[in-house]
Amino acid sequence: MSEDRLVLPPVNAHKTNLTCHFCIVGCGYKVYKWPENREGGKAPNQNALKLDFRKQIPAFSVIATKAQQTVVADKDGGRYNVLIVPDNDCVVNRGGGSWRGLHMASYMYNADKQPNARLIHPRMHTGDQWLDTSWKQALALYAGVTKKILDSKGPREIAFDSADHGGAGGGFENTWGAGKLMFTALQTPLVRIHNRPSYNSECHATREMGIMELNNSYEDAEIADCIMAVGCNPYESQTNYFLYHWVPNLNGTSMDKKKKWFGTEIIGKARIIYVDPRKTTTISISESIAPDRVLHLDIQPGTDVALFNGLFTYVVEQGWIDRDFIARRTKGFDEAVAANRISLEESSRITGVSVEKLKQAAEWAYKPKDDGKRKRTMHAYEKGIIWGNDNYAIQSSLLDLVIATHNVGGRRGTGCVRMGGHQEGYARPPHPTGEKLYNDQEIIAGKGMIYTAWGANPFQSTCNAEQFREVVLRRSRIVKEAMQKSRRATTEQMVEAIYDAVANHGGLFVVNINLYPTMLEQAAHLMLPAVHPGEMNLTSMNGERRMRLSQRFMDPPGSAKADCLIAADIANTLKELYKAEGNDKMADRFKGFEWKTEEDAFNDGFRLQGAKDVGGVIHSQGGDTGYLATYALLAAAGNNGVQLPIKEVSNGKLIGTEMLYTDKFGTDDGLAHFKPSPWKGLLPAVQGQKDKYRFWINNGRINETWQTMFHELAASNGYAADTTERWPMAPLEINPQDAQELGVASGDIVEVFNDYGSTYAMAYLVPTMKRNQVFMQFGHFNGVMGDVTTEAVDRNVIPYYKGAWANLRKVSSGEYKKTVSFKSRLYTA
Amino acid sequence: MSETVSRRDFFKISGGVAAGVGLAVSGMAAHSAEAAVNTSTNLPYRSKPIANIRTMKTNDPVHFAYPDSASPCVAIKTGNPVPGGIGPDKDIIAYSTQCTHHGCPVSYDPKEKSFKCPCHFSLFDAEKQGQVICGQAPTKLPQIVLEYDTKSGSIFAVSVIGLIYGRQANIL
Repeated sequence: MSEDRLVLPPVNAHKTNLTCHFCIVGCGYKVYKWPENREGGKAPNQNALKLDFRKQIPAFSVIATKAQQTVVADKDGGRYNVLIVPDNDCVVNRGGGSWRGLHMASYMYNADKQPNARLIHPRMHTGDQWLDTSWKQALALYAGVTKKILDSKGPREIAFDSADHGGAGGGFENTWGAGKLMFTALQTPLVRIHNRPSYNSECHATREMGIMELNNSYEDAEIADCIMAVGCNPYESQTNYFLYHWVPNLNGTSMDKKKKWFGTEIIGKARIIYVDPRKTTTISISESIAPDRVLHLDIQPGTDVALFNGLFTYVVEQGWIDRDFIARRTKGFDEAVAANRISLEESSRITGVSVEKLKQAAEWAYKPKDDGKRKRTMHAYEKGIIWGNDNYAIQSSLLDLVIATHNVGGRRGTGCVRMGGHQEGYARPPHPTGEKLYNDQEIIAGKGMIYTAWGANPFQSTCNAEQFREVVLRRSRIVKEAMQKSRRATTEQMVEAIYDAVANHGGLFVVNINLYPTMLEQAAHLMLPAVHPGEMNLTSMNGERRMRLSQRFMDPPGSAKADCLIAADIANTLKELYKAEGNDKMADRFKGFEWKTEEDAFNDGFRLQGAKDVGGVIHSQGGDTGYLATYALLAAAGNNGVQLPIKEVSNGKLIGTEMLYTDKFGTDDGLAHFKPSPWKGLLPAVQGQKDKYRFWINNGRINETWQTMFHELAASNGYAADTTERWPMAPLEINPQDAQELGVASGDIVEVFNDYGSTYAMAYLVPTMKRNQVFMQFGHFNGVMGDVTTEAVDRNVIPYYKGAWANLRKVSSGEYKKTVSFKSRLYTA
Repeated sequence: MSETVSRRDFFKISGGVAAGVGLAVSGMAAHSAEAAVNTSTNLPYRSKPIANIRTMKTNDPVHFAYPDSASPCVAIKTGNPVPGGIGPDKDIIAYSTQCTHHGCPVSYDPKEKSFKCPCHFSLFDAEKQGQVICGQAPTKLPQIVLEYDTKSGSIFAVSVIGLIYGRQANIL
C-alpha cells in the first residue's frame, strides 16, 4: 500500500466494534474488514464511511490515516484489508482518537510484516535455543512440573505474576480464567499483580472508607464547578477523557449541559487545580485555554498528606464543610480532624506551596458559591498518589477532605475517582488466604519453584527491578543447565530433572505467557502464545464503569489462544493427570474448565455472580447483577455499552448506573468512614536515598507510548515504526542548567544510578523542569526506570515507584539528536 | 531513472540527504500528467511554482496550496539545514497545514519552529520532517517535496510524502 493513499472500505465491508485496549478511557472504534483485492469507491455511496472522497473532506469528518490500516491473513488463507476508525457515536470519545488508538491496526498481526515478533506457537528452551513445540507437549511439561511441585511441596511454591485488568492482556474472560486456575484449582497465595509486587488493591484506604475508586461518570467532569486533579496527567494518560470531557468544561462549551442539570444554581466555566511537582502537558494546555482559572500546586515530592491535611484543617475552620451530610452519612469525623490537624503555614512549609496558593485552592474548590450552594468539586487522582509516598495515608487524607466537603455521595459534578491505567475487567474467586505477600522479596529470598509471568513483565516494570532480575536470571539458569543436561529426555524425565533443580538446587522454572517473548525471554524455559483484543471477544469496563464487548474480527496468529482458554488447557491437563493416577479428590479441584470459547469463560465467571442457581462468592466488578449481561445484549449495546452495575434489562437494553453512593456507601453500615492520617514524612528507604543522591527521579508516562510499550519492544524492526522513531529510549527531562553542569545536551545518553541499580535514558532539556528534579519515562524497555526504585512499600505492599533519588552521569552523545525531536512538548497559546 | 532525470535536468537537485529524498520521490513524479498514466505506481503529481528563494525570509512562512486549491500548505526557511530541506542552505521545507488528526489548521510557531494544532493540541517539528512532538496526531505532518531552479531561484512543489488529511489519495 502506498503511503499517500488509503484503501477505502467498500459499502459491504464487515463492520465490528472495538474498544481501544490501551488506556482506561476505552474509546470506541469501528473496524472495517474486507477482501484485500477489493476497495470502495470515492463517491459517498461507494464506501462504507459514506464520505465523498472526490473532494477534500472537511475537518472533524473522520480520522482515517495510514496508521489505521493494515492487511491481515485469516486461517482460511484469506487476506483482508482492515481500517480502524473512531466511532462518532461513542459517548466516550465522540469520534476522537488518540495516537495509541489510532495505531491499533499497526499493532495487529500483519500478513506480511513481523512474522517473528509475536509468539505464535508454544516455545520450549532446549539445549541453547528456543524451539516451537505443540500445545500438547508444552502443556504436558507445564502441568507435569506444576503437579510435581503441588504434590511434593504444596501450592505456596507455585508463583504467578498475573495481569488483573481489562483491555489488552486482560478482560473479564481472562482474569476469570487465570484467577480460577490460581485461586480455586491450584490454591496458591504466591500471586502478584502485573504492576506491583503483591496481590492487593491500589485503593485499600478509599475502599475501607466505603468508596470504590470509580464512582462517577465522565459527564461529571463536564459539569463540575472545579476539578482537583492530583498526581494525574490526563492529556498524556487519559487523553480523550481530558479532551472531550474536561476541556469543554474549561472552555465553556458544556454550559448548556450545566444549566440542564442544575437549573438556577450559579454555574460558570470550570476551574482546575493541578497538584503535581512538575509542569505537565496537561497543565500547559489548560493554561492556554483559561490562564486565570488554572492553579498549579507544585508540591515537593511525597508531601501530599501534608497538603490535604492542611486543606482539610482549613476548610473545617472556615466552615466550608457539609455538617448535615457528615452527621447523616459518615462516621469518625472528629477523630480525623484531630489526627490530621496541621496549619496552612505548616502545610506550606512542608509542601513548598505558598499559603496564598493554598487558600486560593481551598476557595476555588470548597468555599460555598454566592447563592449559598455548595461547590461541586470533582477529585481525580492517579499514580502520583497510587505510586506515591505511602499510598494508604495519602488516600486517607484526600478522602477525609472529599467526604467532609460532600464531594462524593451522589451529587452530580462531584466524585473522587482514579483516572486509571488500563481498563478494568476483574472477576475472580477470592485470594485463597488473603495474605499480602511481597512476592518479589519471596522470590529474591529463594522461595517459589515455578514462576509464571502471565501478561506481565516485571523485568521492565517492577520496583527494585535490577535485583529482582538478577535473582530470577540466576535461579532460572540452574534450571536451564539441568534441562540441557537431560539429553533425550521424555517429558516425564524432563519434569523430574526440572523438579530436582528447583527443589534441591535453588532453581526457578520460568514460564512466560504473553503476546511477545518480552524481556522475560532471557529467563524463561517455556513460553505460551496469547492473543489480544481483535483476535478474541473480550469485555472490559472503562473509568466510568462502562462495559463494552470488544469484538473479534480476525484470527489469532499460529496457535495463539486467549488466556482463559490457556488456563482451561492447563487445568484440564492437570485434571487428566490426577485422574490417571486415580486421585479423584485432586482431579475435582480442576473441574469446571470445560470452555470452548471465551464466551464460555465469561458465562462461567462474570455471569456467575448474583445468578440465583449457583453458590460461592466471587469478586467481580459486575456485582450481583453481572448475570444480566450477555454477549448478545452487549453486542447490541455497541460502543456505548452499559455502566456497571447493571440495574435491569429493559426492552432488550441493558440499563446501568451513572453514579455510585447516592444513598449508601460501600461499608457494612452504609456510612462513609473518615480515617485518621497524620503526616509522617517520607518512607525510610526513600529518605535514605534522598539523603545521598542529588536528583529526584520523578517518573511517569508519555502520551504516544502510554500502555503500548509491550508492542514497541517487539516492534523495533518495523511496524509502528513512527512510535519507536519518536521514543527510541526512555527520555529524561532535565533542567537546562542542571544539564549544563553535567555537560549534557538533548539526545545525550545519561546513566541514572543509586544504591539500588543503574539505568540509562535519553536527555531531553526542558526549561520548566525544576532544579535537581528530573522526569524519566516509566516502563520503557530501553531504559528501565524501575532499576533505581527502592523496595519501599506502604502497609499493603503498594510500592513508592515515584520515590527514587539518584545521580546522573553523561555516558555518550548518541545518535538520537539526528532523528528525535527535542522541542518543547508543552502547548502554549 | 536517467531518462527521467534528463527530462528535468534544468532543476537543480539539492545535495546530500535532501537529494536522496528529491530523487526518490520527485524523480518518479510527473511534470506532465500524460507521462504518469499507465507507467507509474505513484500519483500524477504536477510541479507547481510556489515561491522564489530570493524573496523568502528566515522564519517567515509562505502560504500556498498543493497539489490543488483545497490543500493549504506552507513553506518555511528555517535558517538551519534540516532533513529534506532544499536551497543553498538546505533549510527550506514545506508541509500541509491540515493536522493529520482531525484536519484542523495548524499554525507555525517561529520561536519553536514547530507547528501547533489548536483543536487537540498536537505539536509537529518543522525541523524533523513533521515529526509529532506531542499529541494525538497519529502521523507526521505531510511534507511537500520541493525543488528549486538555481538560475531563477524559483521553488517548485513536486510531490507529497504522507497522506493529507481528509483524502483517499493526495490527488483527488
